[in-house]
Amino acid sequence: MKITVTVNGVERSGDVEPRTLLVHFLRDELDLTGTNIGCDTSSCGACTIHVEGQSAKSCTMLAAQADGLELTTIEGLANGDILHPMQRCFQENHGLQCGYCTPGMVMAAISLLDENPNPSETDVRIGLEGNLCRCTGYHNIVKSVLACAAESNGASK
Amino acid sequence: MIPAAFEYVRADSVDAALSALTEYGDEAKLLAGGHSLLPLMKLRLAAPSVLVDVGRLDDLRYINDAGDYIAIGALTRHRDLETSSLLASAAPLLAHAAGHVGDPQVRHRGTIGGSLAHADPASDLPAVALAMGATIVATGPNGTREIAASEFYTGFLESALAPDELLTEIRIPKLDTQGWSFQKFNRRAQDWAIVGVATVRANGSTGVGLVNMGSTPLLASAVMDAVKSGANAADAAALANEGTEAQSDINASSEYREHLARVLVRRSLEESGLS
Ligand SMILES: Cc1cc2nc3c(=O)[nH]c(=O)nc-3n(C[C@H](O)[C@H](O)[C@H](O)COP(=O)(O)OP(=O)(O)OC[C@H]3O[C@@H](n4cnc5c(N)ncnc54)[C@H](O)[C@@H]3O)c2cc1C
Ligand code: FES
Ligand code: FES
Repeated sequence: MKITVTVNGVERSGDVEPRTLLVHFLRDELDLTGTNIGCDTSSCGACTIHVEGQSAKSCTMLAAQADGLELTTIEGLANGDILHPMQRCFQENHGLQCGYCTPGMVMAAISLLDENPNPSETDVRIGLEGNLCRCTGYHNIVKSVLACAAESNGASK
Repeated sequence: MIPAAFEYVRADSVDAALSALTEYGDEAKLLAGGHSLLPLMKLRLAAPSVLVDVGRLDDLRYINDAGDYIAIGALTRHRDLETSSLLASAAPLLAHAAGHVGDPQVRHRGTIGGSLAHADPASDLPAVALAMGATIVATGPNGTREIAASEFYTGFLESALAPDELLTEIRIPKLDTQGWSFQKFNRRAQDWAIVGVATVRANGSTGVGLVNMGSTPLLASAVMDAVKSGANAADAAALANEGTEAQSDINASSEYREHLARVLVRRSLEESGLS
Protein backbone atom coordinates (compact mmCIF):
# COMPACT_ATOMS: atom_id res chain seq x y z
CA MET A 1 0.00 0.00 0.00
CA LYS A 2 1.08 3.56 -0.66
CA ILE A 3 1.64 5.87 2.29
CA THR A 4 2.75 9.47 2.62
CA VAL A 5 4.18 10.98 5.79
CA THR A 6 5.78 14.30 6.60
CA VAL A 7 9.12 13.52 8.20
CA ASN A 8 11.19 16.37 9.61
CA GLY A 9 9.14 18.79 7.53
CA VAL A 10 9.56 16.94 4.23
CA GLU A 11 6.83 14.94 2.55
CA ARG A 12 7.96 11.37 1.87
CA SER A 13 6.03 8.57 0.21
CA GLY A 14 6.60 4.87 0.03
CA ASP A 15 5.06 1.59 -0.90
CA VAL A 16 4.84 -0.67 2.14
CA GLU A 17 3.41 -3.99 3.16
CA PRO A 18 0.67 -3.43 5.77
CA ARG A 19 2.82 -5.28 8.32
CA THR A 20 5.79 -2.93 7.89
CA LEU A 21 6.63 -1.35 11.22
CA LEU A 22 7.11 2.40 11.19
CA VAL A 23 10.68 2.06 12.45
CA HIS A 24 11.56 -0.21 9.53
CA PHE A 25 9.99 2.22 7.08
CA LEU A 26 12.06 5.07 8.51
CA ARG A 27 15.31 3.13 8.59
CA ASP A 28 15.09 0.91 5.53
CA GLU A 29 12.99 2.93 3.09
CA LEU A 30 13.77 6.51 4.08
CA ASP A 31 17.34 5.83 5.20
CA LEU A 32 16.75 7.64 8.49
CA THR A 33 18.91 5.30 10.53
CA GLY A 34 19.23 7.56 13.57
CA THR A 35 16.16 5.90 15.05
CA ASN A 36 17.40 2.66 16.64
CA ILE A 37 15.84 -0.68 17.45
CA GLY A 38 16.83 -2.08 20.82
CA CYS A 39 14.24 -4.73 21.65
CA ASP A 40 11.38 -6.88 20.43
CA THR A 41 9.05 -6.09 23.28
CA SER A 42 8.25 -2.35 23.08
CA SER A 43 10.29 -1.83 26.23
CA CYS A 44 13.50 0.04 25.45
CA GLY A 45 12.43 3.27 23.76
CA ALA A 46 15.47 3.38 21.43
CA CYS A 47 12.98 3.77 18.57
CA THR A 48 11.25 6.83 20.08
CA ILE A 49 10.23 9.51 17.58
CA HIS A 50 7.55 12.19 17.66
CA VAL A 51 4.22 11.46 16.05
CA GLU A 52 2.17 14.65 15.75
CA GLY A 53 4.51 16.22 18.28
CA GLN A 54 4.30 13.51 20.95
CA SER A 55 6.82 10.80 21.79
CA ALA A 56 5.91 7.36 20.47
CA LYS A 57 7.68 4.05 20.00
CA SER A 58 8.03 3.61 16.24
CA CYS A 59 8.49 -0.16 16.68
CA THR A 60 4.95 -0.37 18.05
CA MET A 61 3.23 1.38 15.17
CA LEU A 62 2.60 0.24 11.66
CA ALA A 63 3.90 2.48 8.91
CA ALA A 64 0.29 2.38 7.68
CA GLN A 65 -0.91 3.95 10.94
CA ALA A 66 1.38 6.93 10.30
CA ASP A 67 0.00 7.62 6.83
CA GLY A 68 -0.79 11.33 6.56
CA LEU A 69 0.80 12.20 9.89
CA GLU A 70 3.64 14.46 10.86
CA LEU A 71 6.75 12.76 12.25
CA THR A 72 10.00 14.04 13.71
CA THR A 73 13.07 11.85 14.07
CA ILE A 74 16.43 12.61 15.65
CA GLU A 75 17.68 13.75 12.22
CA GLY A 76 15.11 16.56 12.26
CA LEU A 77 16.37 18.30 15.40
CA ALA A 78 19.62 20.04 14.51
CA ASN A 79 19.65 23.13 12.35
CA GLY A 80 22.60 22.43 10.10
CA ASP A 81 25.61 22.31 12.42
CA ILE A 82 23.69 23.85 15.30
CA LEU A 83 22.49 21.16 17.65
CA HIS A 84 19.04 21.26 19.22
CA PRO A 85 19.41 22.50 22.83
CA MET A 86 18.56 19.01 24.13
CA GLN A 87 21.28 17.44 21.96
CA ARG A 88 23.77 20.04 23.14
CA CYS A 89 22.83 19.49 26.79
CA PHE A 90 23.40 15.75 26.36
CA GLN A 91 26.80 16.53 24.86
CA GLU A 92 27.78 19.04 27.54
CA ASN A 93 26.62 16.85 30.42
CA HIS A 94 28.03 13.57 29.14
CA GLY A 95 24.50 12.24 28.78
CA LEU A 96 25.69 9.41 26.58
CA GLN A 97 28.18 6.59 26.69
CA CYS A 98 27.84 4.20 23.73
CA GLY A 99 25.07 6.41 22.35
CA TYR A 100 22.69 3.63 21.34
CA CYS A 101 19.80 4.78 23.50
CA THR A 102 20.53 8.46 22.88
CA PRO A 103 18.27 9.26 19.91
CA GLY A 104 15.31 7.77 21.76
CA MET A 105 16.29 9.45 25.03
CA VAL A 106 16.58 12.84 23.34
CA MET A 107 13.22 12.49 21.58
CA ALA A 108 11.53 11.32 24.80
CA ALA A 109 13.16 14.14 26.77
CA ILE A 110 11.96 16.83 24.34
CA SER A 111 8.42 15.47 24.56
CA LEU A 112 8.72 15.39 28.36
CA LEU A 113 9.71 19.07 28.52
CA ASP A 114 6.90 20.00 26.13
CA GLU A 115 4.46 18.51 28.63
CA ASN A 116 6.25 19.63 31.76
CA PRO A 117 8.66 22.53 31.12
CA ASN A 118 9.76 22.71 34.73
CA PRO A 119 10.28 19.15 35.95
CA SER A 120 11.85 18.03 39.19
CA GLU A 121 14.55 15.38 39.09
CA THR A 122 11.90 12.80 40.02
CA ASP A 123 9.65 14.02 37.21
CA VAL A 124 12.50 13.48 34.75
CA ARG A 125 13.28 9.99 36.07
CA ILE A 126 9.61 9.00 35.88
CA GLY A 127 9.12 10.77 32.57
CA LEU A 128 11.90 8.71 30.98
CA GLU A 129 10.58 5.40 32.30
CA GLY A 130 9.93 4.25 28.72
CA ASN A 131 13.61 4.45 27.78
CA LEU A 132 16.33 2.05 28.85
CA CYS A 133 20.07 2.72 28.77
CA ARG A 134 22.13 -0.47 28.72
CA CYS A 135 25.20 1.56 29.68
CA THR A 136 23.10 2.62 32.68
CA GLY A 137 24.18 6.22 32.35
CA TYR A 138 20.92 7.46 33.80
CA HIS A 139 22.50 9.94 36.16
CA ASN A 140 23.96 12.10 33.42
CA ILE A 141 20.93 11.65 31.19
CA VAL A 142 18.75 13.11 33.93
CA LYS A 143 21.33 15.85 34.48
CA SER A 144 21.24 16.70 30.76
CA VAL A 145 17.46 17.00 30.70
CA LEU A 146 17.41 19.15 33.84
CA ALA A 147 20.13 21.37 32.34
CA CYS A 148 18.10 21.82 29.18
CA ALA A 149 14.97 22.67 31.18
CA ALA A 150 16.87 25.19 33.31
CA GLU A 151 18.39 26.76 30.20
CA SER A 152 15.10 27.22 28.40
CA ASN A 153 13.39 28.50 31.54
CA GLY A 154 16.23 30.98 31.98
CA ALA A 155 15.91 32.08 28.38
CA SER A 156 12.16 32.64 28.62
CA LYS A 157 12.35 34.70 31.81
CA MET B 1 10.33 -9.03 14.82
CA ILE B 2 7.75 -8.53 12.13
CA PRO B 3 4.09 -9.53 12.29
CA ALA B 4 2.69 -12.19 9.96
CA ALA B 5 1.16 -10.70 6.82
CA PHE B 6 -2.36 -9.28 7.00
CA GLU B 7 -4.70 -7.08 5.07
CA TYR B 8 -5.12 -3.54 6.40
CA VAL B 9 -8.39 -1.63 6.29
CA ARG B 10 -8.68 1.86 7.73
CA ALA B 11 -12.18 2.67 8.95
CA ASP B 12 -13.24 6.29 8.60
CA SER B 13 -16.48 5.90 10.54
CA VAL B 14 -18.08 3.61 13.10
CA ASP B 15 -20.35 2.26 10.35
CA ALA B 16 -17.38 1.50 8.12
CA ALA B 17 -15.69 -0.35 11.00
CA LEU B 18 -18.85 -2.36 11.68
CA SER B 19 -19.30 -3.34 8.03
CA ALA B 20 -15.65 -4.40 7.81
CA LEU B 21 -16.15 -6.58 10.90
CA THR B 22 -19.26 -8.12 9.35
CA GLU B 23 -17.51 -8.63 6.03
CA TYR B 24 -14.36 -10.28 7.37
CA GLY B 25 -15.89 -12.04 10.37
CA ASP B 26 -13.54 -14.05 12.59
CA GLU B 27 -10.52 -13.21 10.45
CA ALA B 28 -10.60 -9.55 11.46
CA LYS B 29 -9.26 -7.75 14.51
CA LEU B 30 -9.77 -4.12 15.41
CA LEU B 31 -6.66 -1.99 15.79
CA ALA B 32 -6.96 1.04 18.10
CA GLY B 33 -3.71 2.28 19.65
CA GLY B 34 -2.05 -1.01 18.79
CA HIS B 35 -0.14 -1.13 22.06
CA SER B 36 -1.47 -4.48 23.15
CA LEU B 37 -2.16 -6.03 19.76
CA LEU B 38 1.02 -5.13 17.86
CA PRO B 39 3.41 -6.47 20.53
CA LEU B 40 1.48 -9.78 20.37
CA MET B 41 1.59 -9.77 16.56
CA LYS B 42 5.32 -9.03 16.53
CA LEU B 43 5.88 -12.11 18.68
CA ARG B 44 3.41 -13.97 16.42
CA LEU B 45 1.25 -14.76 19.43
CA ALA B 46 -1.54 -13.22 17.37
CA ALA B 47 -1.84 -13.39 13.59
CA PRO B 48 -5.14 -11.91 12.44
CA SER B 49 -5.50 -11.91 8.66
CA VAL B 50 -7.28 -8.54 8.55
CA LEU B 51 -6.72 -5.48 10.73
CA VAL B 52 -9.49 -2.90 10.84
CA ASP B 53 -7.83 0.31 12.01
CA VAL B 54 -10.21 2.44 14.07
CA GLY B 55 -7.38 4.63 15.36
CA ARG B 56 -8.52 7.63 13.33
CA LEU B 57 -12.11 7.69 14.64
CA ASP B 58 -11.68 11.03 16.37
CA ASP B 59 -15.46 11.13 16.88
CA LEU B 60 -14.84 8.50 19.55
CA ARG B 61 -12.19 10.54 21.32
CA TYR B 62 -13.91 12.61 24.02
CA ILE B 63 -14.52 12.98 27.74
CA ASN B 64 -17.92 14.58 28.37
CA ASP B 65 -20.13 15.36 31.30
CA ALA B 66 -23.38 13.58 30.41
CA GLY B 67 -25.36 14.51 33.52
CA ASP B 68 -25.51 11.35 35.62
CA TYR B 69 -22.26 9.98 34.28
CA ILE B 70 -19.04 10.88 32.54
CA ALA B 71 -19.00 9.62 28.95
CA ILE B 72 -15.60 8.63 27.56
CA GLY B 73 -15.15 7.75 23.90
CA ALA B 74 -13.41 4.42 23.28
CA LEU B 75 -10.57 6.02 21.30
CA THR B 76 -9.65 8.38 24.12
CA ARG B 77 -5.98 7.90 24.89
CA HIS B 78 -4.40 7.25 28.27
CA ARG B 79 -2.71 10.65 28.07
CA ASP B 80 -6.10 12.36 27.55
CA LEU B 81 -7.45 10.61 30.64
CA GLU B 82 -4.39 11.47 32.68
CA THR B 83 -4.61 15.18 31.88
CA SER B 84 -8.40 15.66 31.86
CA SER B 85 -9.56 18.28 34.35
CA LEU B 86 -13.07 16.83 34.22
CA LEU B 87 -11.77 13.41 35.30
CA ALA B 88 -9.46 14.97 37.86
CA SER B 89 -12.54 16.24 39.68
CA ALA B 90 -15.20 13.66 38.74
CA ALA B 91 -13.16 10.44 38.57
CA PRO B 92 -9.72 11.03 40.06
CA LEU B 93 -9.04 7.29 40.41
CA LEU B 94 -9.31 6.84 36.64
CA ALA B 95 -7.16 9.87 35.78
CA HIS B 96 -4.50 8.78 38.25
CA ALA B 97 -4.45 5.14 37.15
CA ALA B 98 -4.25 6.15 33.47
CA GLY B 99 -1.11 8.10 34.37
CA HIS B 100 0.44 4.84 35.59
CA VAL B 101 -0.18 2.78 32.47
CA GLY B 102 3.12 1.81 30.86
CA ASP B 103 5.25 4.84 30.02
CA PRO B 104 4.62 8.20 28.33
CA GLN B 105 5.09 6.79 24.83
CA VAL B 106 2.51 4.06 25.55
CA ARG B 107 0.09 6.60 27.02
CA HIS B 108 0.36 8.80 23.93
CA ARG B 109 -0.97 5.96 21.72
CA GLY B 110 -2.94 3.47 23.85
CA THR B 111 -6.68 3.92 24.28
CA ILE B 112 -9.17 3.21 27.07
CA GLY B 113 -11.36 1.20 24.67
CA GLY B 114 -8.41 -1.00 23.70
CA SER B 115 -7.43 -1.44 27.34
CA LEU B 116 -10.90 -2.56 28.37
CA ALA B 117 -11.60 -4.67 25.26
CA HIS B 118 -8.28 -6.50 25.42
CA ALA B 119 -9.47 -7.99 28.75
CA ASP B 120 -5.99 -8.55 30.07
CA PRO B 121 -6.07 -9.32 33.80
CA ALA B 122 -2.73 -7.49 34.11
CA SER B 123 -4.13 -4.21 32.76
CA ASP B 124 -4.83 -1.35 35.08
CA LEU B 125 -7.95 0.27 33.65
CA PRO B 126 -10.27 -2.78 33.77
CA ALA B 127 -9.79 -2.98 37.55
CA VAL B 128 -10.60 0.72 37.77
CA ALA B 129 -13.72 0.28 35.61
CA LEU B 130 -14.84 -2.55 37.90
CA ALA B 131 -14.20 -0.60 41.10
CA MET B 132 -16.08 2.44 39.79
CA GLY B 133 -19.04 0.41 38.50
CA ALA B 134 -18.55 1.60 34.92
CA THR B 135 -20.84 0.71 32.05
CA ILE B 136 -19.46 -0.32 28.70
CA VAL B 137 -21.32 0.64 25.55
CA ALA B 138 -21.01 -1.73 22.59
CA THR B 139 -22.21 -0.91 19.10
CA GLY B 140 -22.98 -3.65 16.60
CA PRO B 141 -24.92 -4.15 13.40
CA ASN B 142 -28.17 -4.14 15.41
CA GLY B 143 -27.44 -1.02 17.40
CA THR B 144 -26.13 -0.25 20.81
CA ARG B 145 -26.22 -2.12 24.12
CA GLU B 146 -24.90 -1.45 27.59
CA ILE B 147 -22.85 -3.96 29.54
CA ALA B 148 -21.99 -3.55 33.22
CA ALA B 149 -18.24 -3.77 33.81
CA SER B 150 -18.96 -6.54 36.32
CA GLU B 151 -20.49 -8.62 33.48
CA PHE B 152 -17.91 -7.71 30.87
CA TYR B 153 -15.01 -10.04 31.61
CA THR B 154 -15.73 -13.63 30.66
CA GLY B 155 -12.32 -15.31 30.41
CA PHE B 156 -8.62 -14.81 29.75
CA LEU B 157 -8.46 -12.06 27.10
CA GLU B 158 -12.18 -12.60 26.54
CA SER B 159 -15.00 -10.15 26.98
CA ALA B 160 -18.74 -10.01 26.44
CA LEU B 161 -18.18 -8.10 23.17
CA ALA B 162 -19.41 -10.01 20.13
CA PRO B 163 -16.93 -10.32 17.24
CA ASP B 164 -18.99 -7.90 15.18
CA GLU B 165 -19.24 -5.27 17.93
CA LEU B 166 -17.19 -2.18 18.60
CA LEU B 167 -16.70 -0.84 22.10
CA THR B 168 -17.76 2.77 21.59
CA GLU B 169 -18.13 4.41 24.99
CA ILE B 170 -17.33 3.96 28.66
CA ARG B 171 -19.70 5.50 31.20
CA ILE B 172 -18.36 6.30 34.63
CA PRO B 173 -21.07 7.03 37.19
CA LYS B 174 -20.68 10.39 38.87
CA LEU B 175 -19.81 9.37 42.36
CA ASP B 176 -19.75 11.43 45.47
CA THR B 177 -16.21 10.22 46.14
CA GLN B 178 -15.11 10.06 49.77
CA GLY B 179 -11.79 8.45 49.05
CA TRP B 180 -9.90 6.47 46.45
CA SER B 181 -6.60 4.72 46.01
CA PHE B 182 -4.61 3.02 43.28
CA GLN B 183 -1.87 0.63 44.35
CA LYS B 184 0.38 -0.78 41.67
CA PHE B 185 3.23 -3.05 42.65
CA ASN B 186 5.92 -3.66 40.05
CA ARG B 187 9.67 -4.00 39.89
CA ARG B 188 10.51 -1.71 36.98
CA ALA B 189 8.81 1.63 36.47
CA GLN B 190 7.27 0.94 33.05
CA ASP B 191 6.11 -2.59 33.87
CA TRP B 192 2.68 -4.03 34.26
CA ALA B 193 1.51 -4.55 37.83
CA ILE B 194 2.59 -7.78 39.51
CA VAL B 195 -0.53 -7.07 41.55
CA GLY B 196 -2.61 -3.91 41.53
CA VAL B 197 -5.60 -2.67 43.52
CA ALA B 198 -8.08 0.08 42.60
CA THR B 199 -10.39 1.27 45.35
CA VAL B 200 -13.10 3.87 45.43
CA ARG B 201 -15.32 4.71 48.40
CA ALA B 202 -18.38 6.66 47.38
CA ASN B 203 -22.13 6.94 47.86
CA GLY B 204 -21.94 4.72 50.94
CA SER B 205 -20.25 1.76 49.30
CA THR B 206 -16.74 0.61 48.44
CA GLY B 207 -15.55 -0.80 45.12
CA VAL B 208 -12.31 -2.75 44.98
CA GLY B 209 -10.84 -4.01 41.68
CA LEU B 210 -7.87 -6.37 41.44
CA VAL B 211 -5.16 -6.43 38.77
CA ASN B 212 -3.42 -9.71 37.92
CA MET B 213 -5.11 -11.91 40.52
CA GLY B 214 -6.71 -14.40 38.11
CA SER B 215 -7.52 -15.04 34.49
CA THR B 216 -9.73 -11.94 34.28
CA PRO B 217 -9.79 -8.52 35.92
CA LEU B 218 -11.65 -9.11 39.20
CA LEU B 219 -13.78 -7.43 41.82
CA ALA B 220 -12.73 -8.22 45.39
CA SER B 221 -16.33 -9.01 46.30
CA ALA B 222 -15.59 -10.53 49.71
CA VAL B 223 -13.64 -7.43 50.71
CA MET B 224 -16.43 -5.17 49.49
CA ASP B 225 -19.07 -7.12 51.43
CA ALA B 226 -16.96 -7.07 54.58
CA VAL B 227 -16.52 -3.31 54.40
CA LYS B 228 -20.24 -2.94 53.87
CA SER B 229 -20.92 -4.93 57.05
CA GLY B 230 -18.60 -2.67 59.00
CA ALA B 231 -15.25 -4.49 58.94
CA ASN B 232 -12.12 -2.41 59.37
CA ALA B 233 -9.44 -2.22 56.67
CA ALA B 234 -7.23 -4.97 58.12
CA ASP B 235 -10.09 -7.46 58.61
CA ALA B 236 -11.56 -6.76 55.18
CA ALA B 237 -8.16 -7.03 53.49
CA ALA B 238 -7.65 -10.49 54.98
CA LEU B 239 -10.36 -11.63 52.52
CA ALA B 240 -8.54 -10.23 49.48
CA ASN B 241 -7.88 -13.66 47.96
CA GLU B 242 -11.42 -15.01 48.10
CA GLY B 243 -12.54 -15.84 44.60
CA THR B 244 -9.11 -15.18 43.07
CA GLU B 245 -6.86 -17.62 41.22
CA ALA B 246 -3.51 -15.90 41.09
CA GLN B 247 -1.07 -17.42 38.60
CA SER B 248 2.63 -18.09 39.06
CA ASP B 249 4.91 -16.64 36.42
CA ILE B 250 8.41 -15.28 35.96
CA ASN B 251 7.61 -12.26 38.13
CA ALA B 252 5.93 -13.87 41.11
CA SER B 253 4.56 -17.08 42.57
CA SER B 254 0.86 -17.30 43.26
CA GLU B 255 1.56 -17.29 47.02
CA TYR B 256 3.50 -14.08 46.68
CA ARG B 257 0.67 -12.53 44.65
CA GLU B 258 -1.82 -13.54 47.35
CA HIS B 259 0.35 -11.94 49.99
CA LEU B 260 0.66 -8.77 47.90
CA ALA B 261 -3.09 -8.65 47.36
CA ARG B 262 -3.75 -8.69 51.12
CA VAL B 263 -1.14 -6.01 51.77
CA LEU B 264 -2.17 -3.78 48.87
CA VAL B 265 -5.90 -4.08 49.58
CA ARG B 266 -5.29 -3.01 53.17
CA ARG B 267 -3.16 -0.05 52.05
CA SER B 268 -5.70 0.84 49.44
CA LEU B 269 -8.63 0.77 51.89
CA GLU B 270 -6.64 2.83 54.38
CA GLU B 271 -5.59 5.35 51.78
CA SER B 272 -9.26 5.66 50.77
CA GLY B 273 -10.03 6.68 54.32
CA LEU B 274 -11.24 3.45 55.93
CA SER B 275 -9.61 2.86 59.28
C1 LIG C 1 5.62 -1.26 26.87
C2 LIG C 1 4.17 -1.33 27.24
C3 LIG C 1 3.80 -1.25 28.57
C4 LIG C 1 2.46 -1.31 28.93
N1 LIG C 1 2.15 -1.22 30.24
C5 LIG C 1 0.86 -1.26 30.62
C6 LIG C 1 0.52 -1.15 31.99
O1 LIG C 1 1.36 -0.97 32.87
N2 LIG C 1 -0.80 -1.21 32.32
C7 LIG C 1 -1.78 -1.37 31.38
O2 LIG C 1 -2.93 -1.40 31.73
N3 LIG C 1 -1.48 -1.46 30.07
C8 LIG C 1 -0.17 -1.41 29.68
N4 LIG C 1 0.13 -1.51 28.34
C9 LIG C 1 -0.97 -1.71 27.35
C10 LIG C 1 -1.57 -0.39 26.94
O3 LIG C 1 -2.33 0.12 27.98
C11 LIG C 1 -2.47 -0.57 25.71
O4 LIG C 1 -2.60 0.70 25.16
C12 LIG C 1 -3.87 -1.06 25.96
O5 LIG C 1 -3.87 -2.21 26.73
C13 LIG C 1 -4.56 -1.41 24.66
O6 LIG C 1 -5.06 -0.27 24.05
P1 LIG C 1 -4.80 -0.02 22.53
O7 LIG C 1 -5.63 1.12 22.15
O8 LIG C 1 -3.36 0.09 22.29
O9 LIG C 1 -5.44 -1.34 21.90
P2 LIG C 1 -5.00 -2.27 20.69
O10 LIG C 1 -3.70 -2.89 20.94
O11 LIG C 1 -5.20 -1.56 19.41
O12 LIG C 1 -6.15 -3.38 20.82
C14 LIG C 1 -6.17 -4.31 21.89
C15 LIG C 1 -7.32 -5.30 21.70
O13 LIG C 1 -8.58 -4.67 21.89
C16 LIG C 1 -9.36 -4.71 20.70
N5 LIG C 1 -9.96 -3.39 20.58
C17 LIG C 1 -9.32 -2.20 20.57
N6 LIG C 1 -10.21 -1.19 20.52
C18 LIG C 1 -11.43 -1.74 20.50
C19 LIG C 1 -12.76 -1.23 20.46
N7 LIG C 1 -12.99 0.10 20.44
N8 LIG C 1 -13.79 -2.10 20.43
C20 LIG C 1 -13.57 -3.44 20.44
N9 LIG C 1 -12.35 -4.00 20.50
C21 LIG C 1 -11.29 -3.17 20.52
C22 LIG C 1 -8.39 -5.04 19.59
O14 LIG C 1 -9.02 -5.75 18.55
C23 LIG C 1 -7.37 -5.90 20.30
O15 LIG C 1 -7.81 -7.21 20.41
C24 LIG C 1 1.45 -1.46 27.94
C25 LIG C 1 1.80 -1.54 26.60
C26 LIG C 1 3.15 -1.48 26.23
C27 LIG C 1 3.51 -1.58 24.78
S1 FES D 1 12.75 -0.94 19.78
FE1 FES D 1 12.60 -1.19 21.93
S2 FES D 1 10.81 -0.03 22.34
FE2 FES D 1 10.94 0.14 20.22
S1 FES E 1 24.51 5.24 26.29
FE1 FES E 1 24.77 3.15 25.83
S2 FES E 1 22.73 2.45 25.91
FE2 FES E 1 22.57 4.39 26.76
